[in-house]
Amino acid sequence: MKSMGATQEEYYRGVRMERYDLVKELVIAVVAVGVIALIGAAVLSSPDVAPVTIATWSQADPVDFVTTATGELAGSSTSAGYGAPYNSASPGQSWGPIAPQSWFGVRIPLDSASAFVIQPLQRASFSNTTLGTALGTWQNATADQQTTWLDAYSKALVDATVSDGAVAVAAGDYGPLPVMMSNLVGIAQAGGLDGLLVINGRFYQTDYTQPLLFMGDGGYLAGLADQAHLTGSLWGMMNETGQYPGQTWLWLYTMWYQVFPFNSDTGFIGLSAGNADLGIIILMTLLTVALALVPFIPFLRDIPRWIPIHRLIWRQYYAPRKGAART
Amino acid sequence: MAVTNSPRGADPGAAARPESNSWTLRLRQAIDRHLPMDHLLPDRQPYYVGSWVYVFGVVTIAALAWVIASGVVLSFMGPQWWHDSRVGHFFNSLHFWSVQLFFIFMVLHLWGQYFMAGWRSGRAATWMIGVIIFGTSILTAFTGYLSQQNFASQFVAINAKDAMNGAGIGAFFNVLNFGQMYGLHVMLLPIGITILVVAHIVMVRTRGVVKPIDPEGGARP
Repeated sequence: MKSMGATQEEYYRGVRMERYDLVKELVIAVVAVGVIALIGAAVLSSPDVAPVTIATWSQADPVDFVTTATGELAGSSTSAGYGAPYNSASPGQSWGPIAPQSWFGVRIPLDSASAFVIQPLQRASFSNTTLGTALGTWQNATADQQTTWLDAYSKALVDATVSDGAVAVAAGDYGPLPVMMSNLVGIAQAGGLDGLLVINGRFYQTDYTQPLLFMGDGGYLAGLADQAHLTGSLWGMMNETGQYPGQTWLWLYTMWYQVFPFNSDTGFIGLSAGNADLGIIILMTLLTVALALVPFIPFLRDIPRWIPIHRLIWRQYYAPRKGAART
Repeated sequence: MAVTNSPRGADPGAAARPESNSWTLRLRQAIDRHLPMDHLLPDRQPYYVGSWVYVFGVVTIAALAWVIASGVVLSFMGPQWWHDSRVGHFFNSLHFWSVQLFFIFMVLHLWGQYFMAGWRSGRAATWMIGVIIFGTSILTAFTGYLSQQNFASQFVAINAKDAMNGAGIGAFFNVLNFGQMYGLHVMLLPIGITILVVAHIVMVRTRGVVKPIDPEGGARP
């Protein structure tokens, strides 16, 4: 076998070699790029819009907060009916026999009603007998009774009013729900729920799955994202707050959500908006593999030869010869 | 070395054993063969390397150096620093713009190499590793956006979970778990990118720069 050194020398045989200072070029590049980045940092700064907390949500839009919490109890929220990896309430996305969402089961278990409403209230009821009694009434009621209360309360929340941060609904038979929800919104507005959803018996924690799912079920955070032009219909995750560039390199991924069949309810060959996430991940995986295998794919590897951009790149090489060696 | 350090009489045949039995020597000879220093740091290049397109690869590396340097400072000081301190926010901004430049240059490098058909003459693996670097960089930036601890992070996390869960990835890659995303962003993925970039550069230097596409048709990979 020929040595690689000989191979490179053979490869370049007959090619005119010129002085080229790679290290100098790299140093100049590091300095030049650094200057641009430093100017960008100093002049343009960077996006850092403060995160939404459950406290700010419940203070700014207590009706949305209580409506969301009621939805959690009713099992009608997004997270309550999500499916894997949080629960078994839904089969999740699939495309024919391809159903990876369900293949791995419930790996991040979540009972929305318990985690977001009941458990925080139980902790808060330690020295609150009124709340303790209301919780007892709720837990001792039949499922049918709970559903009746939830239906009535949910309908009443449509016309709810807010006074001093408290949510008021028209008089009706809601069982213990008004007491439970007024306590929950009070805890949330004081900042207690932000902590209660993440402690889970630990002191240190870095997992924000529960509060993010809870806020994602509500309309407040989504509304702010819409105002900031971050939502999926506006190319979603490649956007950034303010006038800053976001993950623009995700343009191809986010583009698929805007086109047929991934934006369609009816779809095509089983792919539609309903399983767009799965379909687009599969598509992007195939495209990425194709990009890696371009050297072996006849049509794709021939395009550079057909489109003469290389003649611009190597102008000197393709220029009429002026006595220079050429291979 | 083996002969002089052996206990007297322990291995009388050692002096006659060929030196190629030494793994150290074999490794050194292999490096000398495949990547001699004049290939790793050549001071002469084919004349056609004078094209501006070749700069994109170098500036991509330069931007990566700034990404890593600013990232090291940010990770040393911890997540609260870049929100609560003006200096911290400046370094966050430096990291942000370095990343933007890194991607701009990397995409230009990728398109440049595509239209030069840079995979020709046995360089397909170099191209493929480059694509893997591109994909890994996207994943690293994604975990970075999730680690910002601001409103954009919340929005990206809440939306991205559906894509991850729909593909089954969310069962193991929980975008709502800051600790997991932060660990991947500051540790495992940067190590992966660094190793891949070093491999990419070594492959480029080992093979040398590909020749221009032949006007009469040129060689296929």
